[in-house]
Amino acid sequence: MLFIRHFERFSERAYRQGKAGGYLHVYIGMEALAVGWLTQIRQGYDYVITAYRDHAHALLLGSDPVACMAEIMGRRGGLSRGKGGSMHLYDIPRGFFGGWGIVGGHTPLGAGLAFASKYRGEDRVTLNFLGDGAANAGVFFESLNMAALYEVPCIFIIENNEFAMGTRLEYHAADTELHKRGYPFGMKHERLDGMDLLQVRQDAKRIIDWVRENQKPYLVEVMTYRFVGHGAADNDQTLYRTKDEVESARQRDPIALLMDYLTSNNLMTREKIEAIDAETEAEAERVYEEADDSPHPDPSEVYDDVYSDMTPEVGH
Amino acid sequence: MPTIEMTYRDAVRQAMVEEMDANPDVFLMGEDIGRYRGTFRVTEGLYDKYGVEKNDFIVPGIARRVVDTPIVEPGIVGFAIGAAMVGLRPIVEMMTMSFSILALDQIINHAAKIHYMTAGQAKVPLVIRGPGGAANQLSAQHSHSVEGWYAHVPGLKVVAPATPACAKGLLRTAIRDDNPVIFTENPGLYGIKGDVPEDREFSIPFGKARIARQGTDLSLIAYSRMVHVCLAAAEQLAERGISAEVVDVRSLLPLDTETIFASVAKTHRAVVVYEDWKNGGYGAEIAARIAEECFDDLDAPVGRVGGLNVPMPYSRVLELECIPNADDVLAAVNKIA
Repeated sequence: MLFIRHFERFSERAYRQGKAGGYLHVYIGMEALAVGWLTQIRQGYDYVITAYRDHAHALLLGSDPVACMAEIMGRRGGLSRGKGGSMHLYDIPRGFFGGWGIVGGHTPLGAGLAFASKYRGEDRVTLNFLGDGAANAGVFFESLNMAALYEVPCIFIIENNEFAMGTRLEYHAADTELHKRGYPFGMKHERLDGMDLLQVRQDAKRIIDWVRENQKPYLVEVMTYRFVGHGAADNDQTLYRTKDEVESARQRDPIALLMDYLTSNNLMTREKIEAIDAETEAEAERVYEEADDSPHPDPSEVYDDVYSDMTPEVGH
Repeated sequence: MPTIEMTYRDAVRQAMVEEMDANPDVFLMGEDIGRYRGTFRVTEGLYDKYGVEKNDFIVPGIARRVVDTPIVEPGIVGFAIGAAMVGLRPIVEMMTMSFSILALDQIINHAAKIHYMTAGQAKVPLVIRGPGGAANQLSAQHSHSVEGWYAHVPGLKVVAPATPACAKGLLRTAIRDDNPVIFTENPGLYGIKGDVPEDREFSIPFGKARIARQGTDLSLIAYSRMVHVCLAAAEQLAERGISAEVVDVRSLLPLDTETIFASVAKTHRAVVVYEDWKNGGYGAEIAARIAEECFDDLDAPVGRVGGLNVPMPYSRVLELECIPNADDVLAAVNKIA
């Protein structure tokens, strides 16, 4: 969690310093959610897909942090050699299928991944992450129906950070209990906490085990909160929330909650935690510097990988 | 090469059967393609062949390899993309290509860009096939030719065969291709017959046009059903002593400009014919390329015949008015002759 937090701060720095362009969405405040779920799967075997707030997912699945940061900076050393960017991280050998920018658009892909594993008689589970904004998309409902109809082992995980960009949950969803989206399709569904890491891990394990065993889909709504703007370009959060609200949410900062647990149970001293924090921050800085050393792509690479077997016509 | 006569519909079906037999990763998805046998009966018999063996069920009533879907084009295509990203080879039947408009986000914003966005980590061996173009009084929302929209998109391949042999050979290539392929079948072609090679490996590479009729005086350039319209026009021109060459483009993306330009270099006149709306259709792209690259060969401006720029009307009289026919081609030829 600490590494993700520091990595994301350096992602924001990359944006501020003009080393990352476009859109960039960081995971600060939501770390326990991805950590809790992605540490409970069989990494490299199970499939994971998410939307554009995707840095944490890649890091947790074991992607090289330098390749992640280099991709965010659009460099040749990036996971997609600078073709994807922050929103489109992929590490397919590790079971990470992105990294998608159309709200709700990737949700049927996740169901299709799960269909493929069922088709082949494997016992993989697919974690299909989406935001609360995507929970209103038509194609998401189509995906839920098909996943339930074909009984595929897919867990739809709504990361409910209470805002669809700058629009509060109450203003974008007629029913704010998003887990109920599973009900009309006969799908098991529940709302869970996403801030207390130990609780998240327990819930994740229980549900992943159930889906692997029963080979049926599941829908969870995990309650979380982002402490930062929607994206790095979102520079006026007062348009949709107050400072007091953010401060109050920070009372349940997942990292602080875990530190309190560790210290109050005498599992780790405050000094030790601070030492780890400093070490982790230094590691994130090293990643940042190393990624920044990666060269920009050569202009001639622009035609690579449009097709697997041919080059498109060249020239303007 | 020994051949057998069959309809275009049967040729499409046979290519799917042979590839499903050859590769267990190939499977079909679509609306009413299984138990109902397909709206145009292209998938007739496949549910019985691939859907009913006990081991082929994933849940009771759902066949594994011939998957009846809900009527949700974005969901179907997205689902197929996901399966394709891990190596299955889905063939999605669109009940009509007009309905694929619902799935444009999945096709253009997802399928076409995955290989690029992942820098080659993921492939999408997906075929989207089905009837494209006007049938018989299906009116405004079921009659559109959308192949030109797809041929605009890097990352997709687009083919539009005109004969049973081309349909079979190109569909085999499409199924074996590791990139998303749009395969459009004009509904007016399903019943036409032609000789098709029996060889189970017979295939036609993408990006190779076909000379459907040799000629010396002008080039008629078309794809899909309009090839037959051009052949009829060429027949009438021959009676007037004009020798028209008919180029069957077959593959829109990649496009075989070499064959097209060679024909124009020989005849010095060209008319491009397409059923899609004339304004901004793919025929306009072909015409532009000829104008750009063959200026010195041309004795006249490039002619163009397209569908009328109106939504397809229901009335048969009005519908026939919209779809280019041999007379329309002759009128265009007269303008440049």
